[in-house]
Amino acid sequence: MSDTPVTYVRTQMLDQQAPPTSEVGPVRWVRENLFSSPMNAILTILSLYVVYIVLSHVGPWIVNGIWNANSLTECREIIATTGDGHHSAACFGVISARWHQLVFGYYPSELYWRPVLALVVFLVGIAPVMFPSLPRKLYFVTAAAPFLCFWLLWGGSIWLPISIALGFGVGIVANKVLAEHVSALAAIVGVIVLPLIYWILLAGPLAGGLASVIPLEIEFVPSRSFGGFMLSIVIGLSAIVMSLPLGILLALARRSDLFIIKTCAVVFIEVIRGVPLIVWLFTAQLLLNYFLPPGSSFDLTLRVIIMVTLFAAAYIAEVIRGGLAALPKGQYEGADSLGLNYWQSMQLIVLPQALKISIPGIVNTFIGLFKDTTLVVFIGLFDPIGISNAIRATTEWNGIYWELFLFIGIMFFISCFSMGRYSLYLEKKLQREHR
Amino acid sequence: MVELTQERTVDRSHMQVSDEVAIEIRNMNKWYGTFHVLRDIDLTVQRGERIVICGPSGSGKSTLIRCINRLEEHQAGDIIVDGTELSSDLKNIDKIRSEVGMCFQHFNLFPHLTILENCTLAPIWVRNTRKKEAEEIAMHFLEKVKIPDQAHKYPGMLSGGQQQRVAIARSLCMKPRIMLFDEPTSALDPEMIKEVLDTMIELAEEGMTMLCVTHEMGFAQAVANRVIFMDQGQIVEQNEPTEFFNNPQSERTQLFLSQIIGH
Repeated sequence: MSDTPVTYVRTQMLDQQAPPTSEVGPVRWVRENLFSSPMNAILTILSLYVVYIVLSHVGPWIVNGIWNANSLTECREIIATTGDGHHSAACFGVISARWHQLVFGYYPSELYWRPVLALVVFLVGIAPVMFPSLPRKLYFVTAAAPFLCFWLLWGGSIWLPISIALGFGVGIVANKVLAEHVSALAAIVGVIVLPLIYWILLAGPLAGGLASVIPLEIEFVPSRSFGGFMLSIVIGLSAIVMSLPLGILLALARRSDLFIIKTCAVVFIEVIRGVPLIVWLFTAQLLLNYFLPPGSSFDLTLRVIIMVTLFAAAYIAEVIRGGLAALPKGQYEGADSLGLNYWQSMQLIVLPQALKISIPGIVNTFIGLFKDTTLVVFIGLFDPIGISNAIRATTEWNGIYWELFLFIGIMFFISCFSMGRYSLYLEKKLQREHR
Repeated sequence: MVELTQERTVDRSHMQVSDEVAIEIRNMNKWYGTFHVLRDIDLTVQRGERIVICGPSGSGKSTLIRCINRLEEHQAGDIIVDGTELSSDLKNIDKIRSEVGMCFQHFNLFPHLTILENCTLAPIWVRNTRKKEAEEIAMHFLEKVKIPDQAHKYPGMLSGGQQQRVAIARSLCMKPRIMLFDEPTSALDPEMIKEVLDTMIELAEEGMTMLCVTHEMGFAQAVANRVIFMDQGQIVEQNEPTEFFNNPQSERTQLFLSQIIGH
């Protein structure tokens, strides 16, 4: 031991100083991320070389691509005459020539404005939900959007979507009346059963009756005309929009104390989740009509939307259940101790937090669902893949593969990537801990 | 243990115990599975009483007060709060919960809502108070617990002591007639315990009926009119504080007191 005194008193506090230049900016980034060790440096150079090889082959193919050709033969002729002979070139002519088909399928070309308008209505309707800073009045559009979009896409009498919408009114009234005059349980049963009875027995005749009194209709477009990205978007977005509330209800039901509700939810989730989507799609195509009342022909696209919705809802329910389980028990108790009832505490306390935790999982499921809509090609619908098969079956474009798949891939990537970005935005916005 | 009595004198002018019964517990029993957590609890709380419940961990003291607002279900016996009997009737439960405030060891504030929203939530949704009025009430109680300037922050940005005071304000916004405290200072740093206890003393001075599960014996001596000692799910001893601390009757109480006061 030296005899340094133990006592030490600092008389002056030190000020903050700037870090050395090697510790900030791009220099530091490159050093830390690309050349932190000899091995890392070798890997960096090797990766750059691989990137170069890929780009040097694919780059010219894309850059020299031919956009104005009406058939594969014509395209190849153009390449043979203008190209340098060393590089191949892409025939993007198929995309410009068949653009409308890739986007709208066989939808009547004079009615293209309808799906476009439906998309606009949808975007305006979803906007206040996605960005709460927007005026609350937009929620009226949100409520009307599903019915308006349905009418714009399929056309026909306007009274059908209106009489379907009335079913929700029936549910709301039933809930209110039964909860006040009978009991909470009766209200829950009533809110499910009464609208169903209305839809099955009354909605059709009511719409027909109203249509015969005041005929208000636009041209009907059958589902088999739907195709291309429009079909993917119709199936994908409807399923996304409907599966989230359904998934939330299923997740809550699965955590319920009521045995029957819980068992129903568990059975539903496990059965739906345990069978591949493609099997459910075949079920939708072949079997579902057997279960419906005789004489009712239920549109194939609608059947597919319902199946995809149920399938996604089962996954969403499990993702949200994870979020519910991650919430500390104290949050439930805090809500209970203030006298909030079950639905209030779910709506105000539990779900906002559980959904926030589940955002990455929910968006992950949505992205998967959107890409899975391409499976409908197997039941004969013309989604982008189906359309590309159809295009290839024509004499003009027989034998074209890469250009179409690249295009479809890019379109799906853009949609899915933006969903992922939105999820990050939402997570950041809802961050409460370190502001 | 934090000393309080030396620093401030407690104003006892409003601390009056009335004859009116606030809570009556008769022959209450509770089991967790096969484990008998609460055994034959009999307890009558008069309006205006300040009761401190203490005992070793696992003695059932938290479970007891959590039964009073039905966070835990009892299996036998009666609990009558403010004349309403606790049964499985949801209406009664919600009614009792809105009359009985509760503060938890871990505060249980809602992290996704601001302090003000935490305080206005229940008045707006349970009492149907208008938003503006609810905010006025909330600010009044936030001033009372001395944190009105934090109203627009989120709970995660506050210290533990501040969070617990917000939790007290949140309960008070419902204008409860009874307050339950479940180890309100056990999760706090020593520096912050005092500010929470001060708030609780103020509440006692105003004549609030309080049941506190706590190990703060200084608090018990300062404001309680009755101290209850529990062990193995039973009430072992209850007495007024001076007698309880200076002259404990049962051996179990003596041992417990020697252990917590010895340090």
